[in-house]
Amino acid sequence: MSKDRSSKNTMENSGLSADEQLLFCNARPEPYKPYSIKAVEDFANWARANSLWILAFGTGCCSIELRPLMTARFDISRFGIAGRPTPRQSSVFIIGGYVSVKTLKRIIRSYEQMQGPKFIIALGSCPANGGMYFDSYNTINQFDLYLPVDMYVTGCMPRPEALLAAIMELKEDIKAGNCDGANRYVENLDWYKANQKKVIKNWDMPDYNW
Amino acid sequence: MNTLLDRLATDFGIYDISDRKPAITTLKVEKQQAERLIRELRDREGYTHLNFITCIDYIEQGIFTLVYMLHNYGDKSTLGVEVDIDRENAEMTSIHTLWAQAWTYQRELREMFGINFPGSPRQEEDFCLEGWDDIPPMRREFNTKTYSTETFGHREGRVSEDPREHMKAQLYPTRGGDN
Ligand code: SF4
Repeated sequence: MSKDRSSKNTMENSGLSADEQLLFCNARPEPYKPYSIKAVEDFANWARANSLWILAFGTGCCSIELRPLMTARFDISRFGIAGRPTPRQSSVFIIGGYVSVKTLKRIIRSYEQMQGPKFIIALGSCPANGGMYFDSYNTINQFDLYLPVDMYVTGCMPRPEALLAAIMELKEDIKAGNCDGANRYVENLDWYKANQKKVIKNWDMPDYNW
Repeated sequence: MNTLLDRLATDFGIYDISDRKPAITTLKVEKQQAERLIRELRDREGYTHLNFITCIDYIEQGIFTLVYMLHNYGDKSTLGVEVDIDRENAEMTSIHTLWAQAWTYQRELREMFGINFPGSPRQEEDFCLEGWDDIPPMRREFNTKTYSTETFGHREGRVSEDPREHMKAQLYPTRGGDN
């Protein structure tokens, strides 16, 4: 606690009271730096692609598709992918459909708590362009204004096969080292935060939820 | 049922009685009589279950109509008690003392329509909307499309197709005609 709490590299946490500010880390996240040897980074990417853990967090109707995916019919565990109950243990966040402002707040909180490497798959039309909730007072229309998306799956709702295809493609992308969503988020954090705070009007959590 | 309605008409001045469906009857009552009527129905007439409370916005007449849907497990009948209240400074007696779950409905009605229920628990707290700072979204003067576009933006390239024409063209291109 003796550390200087305000410097260039800290977040303001102005949504918290002075007492609460002491309880939360206010450091800025830093982008991930790849290994300098390409072969090592490639190996790491191969390992990352084959160790995907999905966060059990369903936001909208599309997340119904995660159930057949997990169970015997489509059985995603044959690809070595499984669900995890907490953000700390997961690496893939599947945004299952429409996102209300209230849910967005929880999504941001969960996403920031996930440890890298982490990837976002946006499922369905709703996160992409509002879908059939495009005129709702309560659901966002473009999810990538608030968090970086690595893979979109279109459909309303997409079949589990589509989601499987997306995960296969995500794996290829990770192996090729193209999935830099988490880095984009950290590098453009101020832009993302401004967008988030524009819609989440009762921001009463730390600016970055470590 | 009819004897009950006759008695309520004399005692509480209910009017506009209509049988919407075989087992659903609705009736209207003045705001001042409403709580007394609902209490009577619950305690004496077997309408022990509150299905829901909802609100209809008749902006043209300048009123909100609150609907209290009550159910009688004895004869399986449902009674809708409708109460007209003023749209400006909308306020209604709270019935959370009759059914504890009523305060959840009342909280929602306050958030979505801006209706006040003095004395109802946790009225001031956010319910579904967090940090809402516009007019309550279920009021009909609220333009949800405009709000959505202003707040959440519009994705460039989004188009709408007529589903029938689109599917005809995509799925049955050779058939033409109208099948
Ligand atoms: S895309 Fe369709 S199925 Fe998915 S959340 Fe939106 S409305 Fe529901």
